[in-house]
Amino acid sequence: MRSVLLVIVFLFSQMSLAIVDGHEYQFTEGDDQQNQTRAQLFQQLAEELRCPKCQNQNLADSNAMIAGDLRRELYQQVKSGQEAQDIIDFMVNRYGEFVLYRPQMNAMTYVLWFGPVVLLLVAVMCLILVIRKRKQGKDQVEELTAEQQQRLNALLGQDKGDDHV
Amino acid sequence: MKRWTLFIPFIIFTLLGLLLWRGLYLDPKDVPSALVDKPFPAFSLPTLLNGELKNEATLKGDVHLVNVWGTWCISCKVEHPFLVKLAQQGVRIVGVNYKDENDAARKWLNDLGNPYAYSVDDEEGTLSMDLGVTGAPETFFVDANGVIRYKHQGPITQGNWAPLEKIWLSLVNESKQAVQP
Repeated sequence: MRSVLLVIVFLFSQMSLAIVDGHEYQFTEGDDQQNQTRAQLFQQLAEELRCPKCQNQNLADSNAMIAGDLRRELYQQVKSGQEAQDIIDFMVNRYGEFVLYRPQMNAMTYVLWFGPVVLLLVAVMCLILVIRKRKQGKDQVEELTAEQQQRLNALLGQDKGDDHV
Repeated sequence: MKRWTLFIPFIIFTLLGLLLWRGLYLDPKDVPSALVDKPFPAFSLPTLLNGELKNEATLKGDVHLVNVWGTWCISCKVEHPFLVKLAQQGVRIVGVNYKDENDAARKWLNDLGNPYAYSVDDEEGTLSMDLGVTGAPETFFVDANGVIRYKHQGPITQGNWAPLEKIWLSLVNESKQAVQP
């Protein structure tokens, strides 16, 4: 029971990474509420934006020079009260869609967003078709024609007749 | 069930195999620049050697290579002699000295030769950020209207110049044709 609970807890846990040089990025200027939302936005964007120099690290955990520069830029922008979308646009305008770990929805990314759902639907449809066909095959027992029945009887009779062999 | 439907999994497997096989030969570092076909970003920076202020308008009227470099960058040292050679051949190169020590940069140009018409001092990296620079060296091909037409990441050398030269020449031709009529 305990281990089940533990698994459930893990399922609902959210990853939160430490940010490289995190102590440099403090939000202390506004009231508590504002500071907290800004710190959260900063954390969220640092995890969601990809370091353009690295293959698979976000701004939060990369040591690359460019990641440091972009973290600072991100911090400045969040601090000055920019909206998340404006900051994302700023990054995409300079570094391209590559910097987004969560790609934006547009003509280029429809396949990415909807492909898996479409594949799932196709798979479910195939499954349903296959199951249906199998059922049909089981339900329909073909009647033997008179000729076939006669032959069957003959064969069965033959077996009985030859029992003693 | 028709016979050919049995081959569907095989066909899917083959197509998927082809797709992944192709993927093996793609360079994941080859990220298209977001700035191609966009105007060169606005800037106002002093030159490294005499402090004269330059801005994006200074780039208009001529085709340029804009080369982002720094003395801390090893690949820049690799490409430097070839840039000097290109400059001697009449290729107009403008430098962006990216987050560098001014004295070290001046010494570099003194010792190794200066291929740049001028280098602007991007100490804070602001212009480089607007250019979407992720490291040095990077080279932008800017046409006579001040529009970025191509971006090359990594050093330019004798070995990889041939295809780049085609781009350069096409931009030069374009600017000549624009002037004639």
